[in-house]
Amino acid sequence: MATADKATDTQLMNGADILVKSLVDHDVEVLFAYPGGASMPLHQALTRCSDRLRTILPRHEQGGGFAAQGYARTTGKPGVCMATSGPGATNLVTAIADAKLDSIPIIAITGQVPTGVIGTDAFQETPIVEVCRGITKHHYLVTDINDLPRVMKEAFHVATTGRPGPVLVDMPKDIQNETCVPDWDVEMDLPGYFVEQRRAQPEQIKQLAAAIKLAKRPLIYAGGGIIGSNASGELRELVDKTGMPVTMTVMGLGAFPNEDSLSMDMLGMHGSVYANWAVRDCDLLIGLGVRFDDRVTGKLEAFAKHAKIVHVDIDPSEINKNKPAHLPIVSDVKFALQELNKIIKPKDDIAGWVEQCQTWKKENPYKYDESFDGITQQHAIAELSKLTQDRKTIVSVGVGQHQMWGAQYYKFRIPRTFLSSSGLGTMGFGLPAAMGAQAAHPDALVIDIDGDGSLQMNIQELACCHCENLPVKVLLLNNQHLGMVVQWEDRFYASNRAHTYLGPTHHAEARGKGGSSYAEERYPDFVSIAKGYGVAAVTVKEKADLLPALEEMINHDGAYVLDVEVPYQEHVLPMIPSGRTVDDMITE
Amino acid sequence: MRHVLSALVQNVPGVLSQISGMLASRGYNIDSLAVGETEDANVSRMTFVVVGDDQVLDQVRKQLEKIVTVIRVDDISAQDHVERDLMLLKVNASAGGQRSEIRELVDVFRGRIVDVGHNEVMIEISGRETKIEAFIERMRPYGITELVRTGRIAMVRQGKSDDESSDKPRRDGTIRKYVK
Repeated sequence: MATADKATDTQLMNGADILVKSLVDHDVEVLFAYPGGASMPLHQALTRCSDRLRTILPRHEQGGGFAAQGYARTTGKPGVCMATSGPGATNLVTAIADAKLDSIPIIAITGQVPTGVIGTDAFQETPIVEVCRGITKHHYLVTDINDLPRVMKEAFHVATTGRPGPVLVDMPKDIQNETCVPDWDVEMDLPGYFVEQRRAQPEQIKQLAAAIKLAKRPLIYAGGGIIGSNASGELRELVDKTGMPVTMTVMGLGAFPNEDSLSMDMLGMHGSVYANWAVRDCDLLIGLGVRFDDRVTGKLEAFAKHAKIVHVDIDPSEINKNKPAHLPIVSDVKFALQELNKIIKPKDDIAGWVEQCQTWKKENPYKYDESFDGITQQHAIAELSKLTQDRKTIVSVGVGQHQMWGAQYYKFRIPRTFLSSSGLGTMGFGLPAAMGAQAAHPDALVIDIDGDGSLQMNIQELACCHCENLPVKVLLLNNQHLGMVVQWEDRFYASNRAHTYLGPTHHAEARGKGGSSYAEERYPDFVSIAKGYGVAAVTVKEKADLLPALEEMINHDGAYVLDVEVPYQEHVLPMIPSGRTVDDMITE
Repeated sequence: MRHVLSALVQNVPGVLSQISGMLASRGYNIDSLAVGETEDANVSRMTFVVVGDDQVLDQVRKQLEKIVTVIRVDDISAQDHVERDLMLLKVNASAGGQRSEIRELVDVFRGRIVDVGHNEVMIEISGRETKIEAFIERMRPYGITELVRTGRIAMVRQGKSDDESSDKPRRDGTIRKYVK
C-alpha cells in the first residue's frame, strides 16, 4: 500500500485531479457542484474519485453554496461547493457572504476562464476574486499549477481555524488541464495568520473568575462561537458549577438546552421577555462567542447598561467594535471556558437572582392565540417540536417570521441542530441548507421550516432532494405574504401593503384589503409544484388535521412538502423595534 | 487625532485592492496611503495616515490585521519616528529675478530644482507634511502649474524602547509577532 501511494505521489497529475485529490485528502466526503464550461475538467476529475467523494448536483449554484453550509453547520467540518466561471461564480456570492457573516467554514471553488484571456471580458468571465474580497475570509486565484497543493492546504486551514469563514479558490481552466508532479508536503505560507496565539492569558481567566465571584446578578450571553468551537460541554460545566442563567443568540441556539430551567432562551429583537429583562437587570454580562449584533442589542448605550461586560471572542476585531467591554478576552472560547472551569468556585449568592429570572420566565412565556380555530405558525412549530423531541432532528429555516418562530417555539437540545441564515438573513436558505445537512446525516430527520416567500427563492432544490435521494421534509408555513415585512408595515407603515403579497396583484390582499385570515385564492399551488418535482406533498388548513399530517410527513420515506395554510395577520412577538431599548418592547 | 499606521503585507496580487476596499467599505477616512517593496522582496510596506479617535484607530488596525495577507500592523505615531512626504512641483519661472527668488526659497526648504524649462522649473522636495505645505504656500504666488505628492512614509527611530513597544500584549491580551 505504501509503495502504491508513493508511486502516485510522484505521478504527473493535472490541476483538476490535484484539486480533487486534495479534497479527498482533507476528508471531504461530499460536495455540491454545478458544472459549466470553465469547470468541466474539475467535474471530469470528480467522476474519477466518485467512490471516495460524493458529488451532489444542486439545481442552482446558490443552492449548492447553502447546501455546503448545511453540511458545515451540522458537522463542523468545512463544506465544499463548486461552480463554473461567470454567472456560476456570481450565483455563489450570496452563499459566500452568508457564510462570512455567520462564520461558517466553506470552500468555494470556481472555474475561471483560461489565464491567457483573463481580463479580456471573455465569455463567462467575471473577476470573482475581486467581487468576493470583502465577503471571504481569504481567496485565491490560482495562476501557477505548482501553487495548487499549497493553496488547497491553506484554504482548508484558513477556513476552519480561528474564526471560521469562507475561502474562495478560483481555478482557471488551463490550470485545471495543465500537469505537474504535485508536492504534497509543501508548507503553508501564511506569515500573517496567527490563530495559535488566540488563547486567553491566565491573568484574564483569573479576572473573569473574580468578576463572577463578585457578581450578584450574572448572565451568560452565548453565541455562535460556542457552537463553532464545540464548547457547549464546557458551557454546561460552567453553568453546573455556578448556576448562572444563560441566554442565547439565534446563532447560539442549541448551545444550551432550551428545556433547562436556567435557559433564558433567545435574547434580542424577537427574544423572550425574560431574556431581555435579565439583560436589562444583570450586573455582569458574560458574552461568549458573540458580536453584540444590532439585532441583539438594539440601542447600544442602553443595552445591559447596569452590567460589567465580559467579551470572550476569537476575533480581536469584534472586541470593542459595538459595545466596549470591561473585560475583553481574545480567545478560543472553548479554551477560555476550560481554563475558567478549572478555577471557578461554586456560587451560592445568586439564588435570589436566579429565582427572579425563573419567575419572569414563568410569568412571561412566548405566547400566541391558542384559541384560533385554524393553524397558527407558532402552533405548528410547537407541535412539530413536541413530536420530534425524542429523535435526532435537524431544523433549518428560511428568513422572516417563520425563522423567528422556529427560534422561539422549537426546543433545541444539542448544538448544530438549528440552521439559520442569521447574520445575512438570506431568504431561500432553508431548503438547500437542509439538503446539505441531510447529505451529512442520512439517518437524521431533517426538517426545513419555511415560508412561502423563502421557499420560492430556492424551490428548484426540490429536484435535488428527489434526484439525489435526500429525504428532506419541508414544513411550509404558507401565509401567501412576506410576513415579516407585512408585520413591519402593520407596525410602522399603517398597514400599507407595498409589494408584500405573493398572489396575483388584482387580489384584494395585494392592496391590504383582504377580508379573512387567509388569502382568498391560494397561489401558487405548492402541492402541484412539489409533485412535479416528484416530491410528495399535502395541504392542511384545519387544526385537527395538523398532527396526523405532521406524523405522515415525519414518517414519509423520501422528501416531503407539508403546505400549511396559516393566517397572515400573526406578528412575531415580543418585538423590540430596531434601535430601541428593552423598555420599548412590544408584547401585544 | 491623526495616526500613522505601518503595515507589512505579503507581496501578492490584490493585496492593495483588498486593503483599500476594506477601508472604504467600513467607512474609514484615510488621508494618505503609500505602498512599496521592502528589503524583503516577499513583503511590502504600506503606510496609512488615518484620522479618527482611539476607537476608530483600534478598529482599523484590527480589521487590517484580520486580512490574511497582512503580516503586521504598527501604530508608528505612538512611537518616536521620522515621517516624510515627497513632492514634485512645477512653478512658473521665467528667466530673471523670479527664478533666483525661487532658487533661494528652494535652498531654504532644502529642496532641489530638478528640471529647468522655458518658463517653468520643476522642484523636488521632501520632508514632513507641515514643511511641504509651507513650501506650497510660498510657491503659490509664482503660479504652480502642476503638483504631485506621494503618500506619507514613516519609520520608527531606534530608541530605548525599541522592540518591546511593538510586541507587548495589548489590552485584550493578544500579541502579534512577526519573525522573519
